[in-house]
Amino acid sequence: MIHSLFLVNASGDIFLEKHWKSVVSRSVCDYFFEALERATEPENVPPVIPTPHHYLINVLRHRIYFVAVIQSEVPPLFVIEFLHRVVDTFQDYFGVCTEAAIKDNVVVVYELLEEMLDNGFPLATESNILKELIKPPTILRTVVNTITGSTNVGEQLPTGQLSVVPWRRTGVKYTNNEAYFDVIEEIDAIIDKSGSTITAEIQGVIDACVKLTGMPDLTLSFMNPRLLDDVSFHPCVRFKRWEAERILSFIPPDGNFRLLSYHVSSQNLVAIPVYVKHNISFREGSSQGRFELTLGPKQTMGKAVESVLVSSQLPRGVLNANLNPSQGTYTFDPVTKLLSWDVGKINPQKLPSLKGSMSLQAGASKPDENPTINIQFKIQQLAISGLKVNRLDMYGEKYKPFKGIKYMTKAGKFQVRT
Amino acid sequence: MRAPPALSASAPRNGSRDSVSGALRRSASSSSSTAAAAAEMSASSAFIDEKGGSASEPEYGHDPASGGIFSTDYKRHDDLKEMLDSNKDSLKLEAMKRIVAMIARGKNASDLFPAVVKNVACKNIEVKKLVYVYLVRYAEEQQDLALLSISTFQRGLKDPNQLIRASALRVLSSIRVTIIVPIMMLAIKEAASDMSPYVRKTAAHAIPKLHSLDPEQKDQLIEVIEKLLADKTTLVAGSVVMAFEEVCPDRIDLIHKNYRKLCNLLIDVEEWGQVVIINMLTRYARTQFLNPNINESLLEESSEKAFYASDDEEDEDKKAEAATLAKRKPYVMDPDHRLLLRNTKPLLQSRNAAVVMAVAQLYFHLAPKAEVGIIAKALVRLMRSHSEVQYVVLQNVATMTIKRRGMFEPYLKSFYIRSTDPTQIKILKLEVLTNLANETNISTILREFQTYIKSMDKDFVAASIQAIGRCATNIGEVRDTCLNGLVQLLSNRDELVVAESVVVIKKLLQMQPEQHSDIIKHMAKLIDNIQVPMARASILWLIGEYCEHVPKIAPDVLRNMAKTFTNEEDIVKLQIINLAAKLYLTNSKQTKLLTQYVLNLAKYDQNYDIRDRARFIRQLIVPTDKSGALSKYAKKLFLALKPAPVLQSTFKDRDHFQLGSLSHLLNAKAAGYQELPDWPESVPDPSVRNVEVIRLLERVTTLTSIPDWSKCTSRKDRKEKKTEKPFYSDSEGESGPTESADSESDSGSGSESASASDESGSGSESEESREETESEDEEEDEEKEKKRKKRLDKTKAKKPAEESAESEQSSGTEDRKRGRKAVKNQKSASESESESESSESEDESEEESEEESESDTDIRKKKTPISKQPPKQSKKESKKERQEMSLLDLDDFEPAPASAPVTPVNFLSSSLVSDLEGLSLTNNILAPTTIAPSGSIKMYELLHRITGEGLAVEYCFSRQPFSPDPNMVAVQIQFTNNTNSETKNLHIEEPRLQSGMRIREFTEIDVLAAGESVTVVMGIDFCDSTQAANFQLCTHTRKFFVSIQPPVGELMTPVFLTENDFKKEQENLLNGKLMGMNEISEKLMLGEKCVNEHVIVERVTATANLSRVPCGSEKECRFAGKTVSSGCLVLVTVPTKEGGAAQLTVNCEKMLIGTLLVKDIMQALSQ
Repeated sequence: MIHSLFLVNASGDIFLEKHWKSVVSRSVCDYFFEALERATEPENVPPVIPTPHHYLINVLRHRIYFVAVIQSEVPPLFVIEFLHRVVDTFQDYFGVCTEAAIKDNVVVVYELLEEMLDNGFPLATESNILKELIKPPTILRTVVNTITGSTNVGEQLPTGQLSVVPWRRTGVKYTNNEAYFDVIEEIDAIIDKSGSTITAEIQGVIDACVKLTGMPDLTLSFMNPRLLDDVSFHPCVRFKRWEAERILSFIPPDGNFRLLSYHVSSQNLVAIPVYVKHNISFREGSSQGRFELTLGPKQTMGKAVESVLVSSQLPRGVLNANLNPSQGTYTFDPVTKLLSWDVGKINPQKLPSLKGSMSLQAGASKPDENPTINIQFKIQQLAISGLKVNRLDMYGEKYKPFKGIKYMTKAGKFQVRT
Repeated sequence: MRAPPALSASAPRNGSRDSVSGALRRSASSSSSTAAAAAEMSASSAFIDEKGGSASEPEYGHDPASGGIFSTDYKRHDDLKEMLDSNKDSLKLEAMKRIVAMIARGKNASDLFPAVVKNVACKNIEVKKLVYVYLVRYAEEQQDLALLSISTFQRGLKDPNQLIRASALRVLSSIRVTIIVPIMMLAIKEAASDMSPYVRKTAAHAIPKLHSLDPEQKDQLIEVIEKLLADKTTLVAGSVVMAFEEVCPDRIDLIHKNYRKLCNLLIDVEEWGQVVIINMLTRYARTQFLNPNINESLLEESSEKAFYASDDEEDEDKKAEAATLAKRKPYVMDPDHRLLLRNTKPLLQSRNAAVVMAVAQLYFHLAPKAEVGIIAKALVRLMRSHSEVQYVVLQNVATMTIKRRGMFEPYLKSFYIRSTDPTQIKILKLEVLTNLANETNISTILREFQTYIKSMDKDFVAASIQAIGRCATNIGEVRDTCLNGLVQLLSNRDELVVAESVVVIKKLLQMQPEQHSDIIKHMAKLIDNIQVPMARASILWLIGEYCEHVPKIAPDVLRNMAKTFTNEEDIVKLQIINLAAKLYLTNSKQTKLLTQYVLNLAKYDQNYDIRDRARFIRQLIVPTDKSGALSKYAKKLFLALKPAPVLQSTFKDRDHFQLGSLSHLLNAKAAGYQELPDWPESVPDPSVRNVEVIRLLERVTTLTSIPDWSKCTSRKDRKEKKTEKPFYSDSEGESGPTESADSESDSGSGSESASASDESGSGSESEESREETESEDEEEDEEKEKKRKKRLDKTKAKKPAEESAESEQSSGTEDRKRGRKAVKNQKSASESESESESSESEDESEEESEEESESDTDIRKKKTPISKQPPKQSKKESKKERQEMSLLDLDDFEPAPASAPVTPVNFLSSSLVSDLEGLSLTNNILAPTTIAPSGSIKMYELLHRITGEGLAVEYCFSRQPFSPDPNMVAVQIQFTNNTNSETKNLHIEEPRLQSGMRIREFTEIDVLAAGESVTVVMGIDFCDSTQAANFQLCTHTRKFFVSIQPPVGELMTPVFLTENDFKKEQENLLNGKLMGMNEISEKLMLGEKCVNEHVIVERVTATANLSRVPCGSEKECRFAGKTVSSGCLVLVTVPTKEGGAAQLTVNCEKMLIGTLLVKDIMQALSQ
């Protein structure tokens, strides 16, 4: 399956290579570099590049290209999904997945890759299994190892590997037993010129941080489970129970994990928490353009809209923008033509606005592109879909855990066309 | 851009390395000097580690390709070699880390191979793992040296720790050295019937490796695959199907029996395995079931046609025909087909995009049309994932939307494009939107498209224009609207947009030019305003092509163009010539002069293409006397009817590739792609998937003791399989290790299993397989131990039931055990072994495993009473066999199991020590009778009297067993005090040993008077290696750094064997796992003095501590011994021939010892 892996940084240097079968010369990456040059934007490199003898499948994460070399038929998603899993694992181990972090921990990276793939076929990708095999590097452990000569490598087969719950190791102990759940929803929307919603959908996840002793068996029930008609689960969730009772029943992995993600599709009515009034116009023959933007809250269930950030890619003809924000700060990059306005919190009494003029190239005709406005925001303590957790129960252990549920709504890909 | 980083980067690297080597030097000197240095040493090693850690950073920026650092490179490798040779694990680890960093950078580290491979047996697990990494990377390049490591892996294969067994197999199978193919084959076969599912999984992984190394093994590998396919653990299922897909994807018959099991296990298999299994089952189902849409597909076809083409009566007929067909052959879905669909459906909820895609393609290819719809939602959900995932999913959705448009229609809006999407995603979304367009939604889609045309991403705008063109061709109602919209775009400033619009308009007009002469007229007017050359050229082509529809305007356009001809771009000029030629042919009256004029202008153009074209056209169209036959056809040449370009999706008919596959994505067959077969015409026999029920009945009696199976099944749907379970558990028993003895004859088919396991105890079993059982028993204990922790209430009395599996793998254990029990019962009559003996030997094995997993020690102690049972059993069994093998029962004198790990013995319990002493006593009694005369013992110097400042120390290998520890070599040390004063407190300090080596010091000598000498004995466990043991010899005043290096011959003790035994053992060694590897044979010429047998025996026994095996033939001398620490047999045969020629054969499982021994004996004999 996966023959080799090359890690390529933003400037096009291969800084790590790993081979699982016989060695593939790194010159195979030249095909990738060609594709990279052809692509105007970094994310426009085709994920699958055929070459005379191999196929290159790459993913771009954290400005690093992970290029896998394939020799024969394999589902491309299989490789892509695996590469993303590799990145997630690195992130999990090193906190960040940057070129520097990988270089600093090159031995751990190698050991991880060795465990994750055998002969190009995934072997152990579950993070708790990996962590028993190879302990994540910490400063303390490095010091201890230097003194005692112990290693970061486990000698026993991780218990999870053979059990029916491979995601959880045995013998977990905590003094504070706690289980926290974050319900995070992102709104993807396209709003048209007149302010009406073209499409809007909600992408929700429930992220959990469970630190419980022993083998707890949790059940999580919702007030309105019917909202969740399109869900994907962590493997720990008992699917049949969900099917029958609409209750999430699971033995949780230890630590942080994503319990489920769901999708409330565009067919449902989605509340849009902000509105935008805009007037961006260019007059024919004039070297000036008008720019006016006002934001306001809408359908927020009384919660404050925070961390608002507006950005827009202005037409190439715009030389500069001279604007006046009623709150927050704005920047305009004359090279990339990117305008961004850090609004902060929306005060319903005094709506934030950004007004002013744009100067165009003298003599140039009016740009015919319309800039779109991208908006980011956060609303605490609100799940915009209306999803609500009813209760969380624990079975199988005697102690009483701390429980907590947090809700948050964020803008996903929220765009306003002008 | 990608130039190597600046050379300056190497400067800090060198600096840091210097400091490291400095520290190294310091540590080396400190060890040879005083005791005070000892403390400093540990500090300095910590310093080294720290340095090494920080050194790796700047080192990184350095590029191997940059020149000028070769000298330092060379030096550095020396450095690393030194570190690897040291006996401190921390140094080795540091060195290995640096080497791995080099490999990661793609730097060549192959010259370190010998230094690295030595450490393959290192006890430090991290060093070991890194050595494995190195080995796998370079073994292919250094095949000969790589062979040295093989024996380590073979030992690892028998390790009680399943992780070590598995990793040994992983590395062994990853070493791409063709010589070891037979070894790999045997290792895989054995691992395939391992107790631990994890090891079996590894075995499954090893199959494709071996297959790619040597495709000739295919048949044997298929047998292993067949066996593993019957495995019922979820852990193995994915991996073995993977192996199946790589080795024998066409052997679909192997799946029949396992089909239902795979379907039922699927939900619990790990996600990667799920993908592989689902893809394979899709192919399987295509060969075994009938097309569920067999009736509908006909209906569908006709209805689709009715939709687009004008409906005929013929269609009605077809419908009727289809209806009758449906009546005639009602379709009933095979229950197995249904099972597959039902069991894969929940996986649409998987978090893994690859699994979702796999299920989606399965439904697309296999499900009845009415059920396919459910996949749409899941696929739409995937679109929120990473852009690469989105890209692949969209490709597949694009293909699906062509076949089944209705499925995605409700999700139309999810494919709307955002300005922030990457271009390639935008273009794919456009494709999907276009495919989804129909009469009802076209207006919304076109409105969307209008927004897209205003985007800043010009590639995307061009694609949008093409999409509009496609919508216009597909949906007649909007064609005019689209055309008008496109015409407006012609005034766009962007060249790309205009060119694309013109091209699309051109295509649209070609379909029905007669209706659109006004658009052509409009475009003719536009030509004054449009500056983009491509667009101008396109318009001119259009006018030329359809000049008959615009007879009045065309000449006028030509007139205008003739005026500006000299200022036009080349492509426009070419089209002007074309236009002129076409007009000349159709309307020569009005345009003759204009054409002449244009051709004349072109004749003197700077561009030779234009000049050539002008010359060619003039010859072709203007009739002259010389003009050839072609001019008659000029009109046909220029004004031939050009077929309208077909505007259709590039994704059309891509679904003949299995969706989700690489081949589908590339729209080209990738290497190794398995065609998705067409549905069969008639139903293949469904009974092939039935598993035998008769076998089930046979085992019912034994099954009664097994507690409820369903306990382990957390998911409801598995319950329905309950009745089948026993069968699987049975086949599991078959794959149990009891049967591994006859792995040669391989019995993959299930029917033999029971008898095979019964027979296994009948004495035909080989030595090795016996050992195998033992070591596995130990491991079994471990597993049992774990279980015991969970269920403490269970008692020893309920033993068989105790195993009874809350997890599936243990069911194997159980069956196997029962099998063994049966054997035991059979044999009980003949059993004559005393209880004490067996418990003694059991203690031994107990002890071994104790050290093996030190962490387990205390647990193990606690559970001794419980775990005693199984090893005892197996031991007895093996004893019995031995009885049959030879009447000469020498109890503990027989070679220790080869699998016994080389482990240090801690003196944990005094009773054990006494036991062991008892053992060595028997040795003592036998030893003198066989050992060579002591006169030949050679003395070696340990400390010269000058360097020792008067103290001279010599040592020899006494060849006496070392009583406190039989695994040690006894070294007799003689101290002589040549000074005038007393030497006090002679003792050993601070041994610096290779990993695994141990020293048992002699008791301190309090006083050695002047001129006196004293002899003491110390024990050293050399771990069967010829590495030196380093230590410090201390007096009350001084310390001396000394080392003892044993000749290979001293690493063994004699073993008394009869001739028959000898032959048997030799055969065992040869037929065992190592095959040829543990026999080393050399021809030699005997030295002049080696005149007779006696001399040869003397020489050989002097060289190596072996005993002679009585032999009938005079021409042949045989010797036997075993290595001291691990007890591997060493067999030496020297047949002599006429004229002093002889052949020396050494059989030993340890290759290194064998090789060295051959060398030494050769030397001794040829002198």
